Amino acid sequence: MYEGVVQDLIDELGRLPGVGPKSAQRIAFHLLQADPADVRRLVSALVEVKEKVRFCEVCGNVAEGEKCRICADSRRDGSAICVVEEPKDVVAIERTREFRGRYHVLGGAISPIEGVGPDDLRIKELMTRLASGEVTEIIIATDPNLEGEATASYLARFLRPMGLRVTRLASGLPVGGDLEYADEVTLGRAFEGRRLLDA
Amino acid sequence: MPLYRDEAIVLRTQKLGEADRIVTLLSRTQGKVRVVGKGVRRTKSRFGARLEPAMMVDLQCYEGRSLDTVTQAETLASWGDVLARDYTTYTAATAMLETADRLTEEREPSLQQYLLLAGALRSMAEGTHDPGLVLDAYLLRALAIAGWAPSFHDCARCGAEGPHRAFNLAAGGTVCPSCRPPGSAAPAPETLRLLAALLAGDWEVADASEVRHRREGTGLATAFLQWHLERGVRSLRLVERRDPTADPGAGQGAGQGAGRGAGHGAGRGAGPVGPGVPAQGQVTPLRVEAQA
Repeated sequence: MYEGVVQDLIDELGRLPGVGPKSAQRIAFHLLQADPADVRRLVSALVEVKEKVRFCEVCGNVAEGEKCRICADSRRDGSAICVVEEPKDVVAIERTREFRGRYHVLGGAISPIEGVGPDDLRIKELMTRLASGEVTEIIIATDPNLEGEATASYLARFLRPMGLRVTRLASGLPVGGDLEYADEVTLGRAFEGRRLLDA
Repeated sequence: MPLYRDEAIVLRTQKLGEADRIVTLLSRTQGKVRVVGKGVRRTKSRFGARLEPAMMVDLQCYEGRSLDTVTQAETLASWGDVLARDYTTYTAATAMLETADRLTEEREPSLQQYLLLAGALRSMAEGTHDPGLVLDAYLLRALAIAGWAPSFHDCARCGAEGPHRAFNLAAGGTVCPSCRPPGSAAPAPETLRLLAALLAGDWEVADASEVRHRREGTGLATAFLQWHLERGVRSLRLVERRDPTADPGAGQGAGQGAGRGAGHGAGRGAGPVGPGVPAQGQVTPLRVEAQA
């Protein structure tokens, strides 16, 4: 146990996800030895992120204004919406540079065992966005696990009757892996989603 | 015993750290165990897909101080993949998994609960019966294995031969007029016959039952479960029930996807080779109808 503010800092750092007591102690002593300007920059970044960042009123992504960077960009394709669970999924898809449409962040996946039902997600907001008639395709990019698949099933049931093209991200073999190590579920889905080779 | 091997059904998973998961399992020989799946959330994980809820796996684990670690996993049955394609079966299956989690203790062998859960998940994935009926049958039988078998015919207090009309949760089922405590329910005789059939596995009677009796039976079965558990089962609140009268094809939705590689629906199947068959077309959920 350390005294006063040092212990307070270790305790606060230890409350962060993935930071145990040893890691908290290491970070605290790193900060003690760091240049005061670096520490001030970190402090101002922490304060600013809490003051400035909120959720986009359109898609639910993190934003510094009323709309996020993607919703505010008029060059993005408004006819396609990619539905994801969390804001970090938007970043992952943006890194691919394959998708030029807009996003909708649900804020999680349906998980009855955790007490999360459809009403706890931003599904109503998605339906409101579709009312304009501009959107023609919905790409469901929830996680490829049980909760993500069930959420996709739930969404598809509402979206299909609306005449929209509803697609799900393909599941299959990771690039750079060996086929023999693939599990049956993943390999089965890879077969399901196989594609024609262009001549 | 640093390394051990067992068959198990995955009950639930919780995120741990950067890419790990704590996996709660109901194993054949050791009862409920909690293990760590290292790196299973990474896309390149060798067995991440095998440690999803409702999967039956052959596991090899390494004993740890507090939690064991999975070193190998082989799929024995992948019901979760099929169940998640239909929202109704997904919610019912989740309620079964949570109930199994609540009714079993860590490291206390519970072979009967294991076999019951395996049978119920298989039945639900095959889609041979209405998922709501399978869930209710599972709840009643799981309670019976746990030592809380309800009575739907004879008096639960004095044993007087039935049938009796009154039903009382605290008494343990139907009660005769002389044992009947104040505030007892008076369900329809058909409902009690349905519940007795579900407990005994008489599917002919159960499948032929009417919707109103199923609804009443569901209320009694879930109330009986909640009565005996200290905390409620959260998943039950979100279970979606089908109305078999609303659509002649209801009750077979999940079965379409039971064989892997067949036409699959629900959010997938729009791939370039072969169109998907929308399994959801056969489902008419009660709650969704109300919203639509």
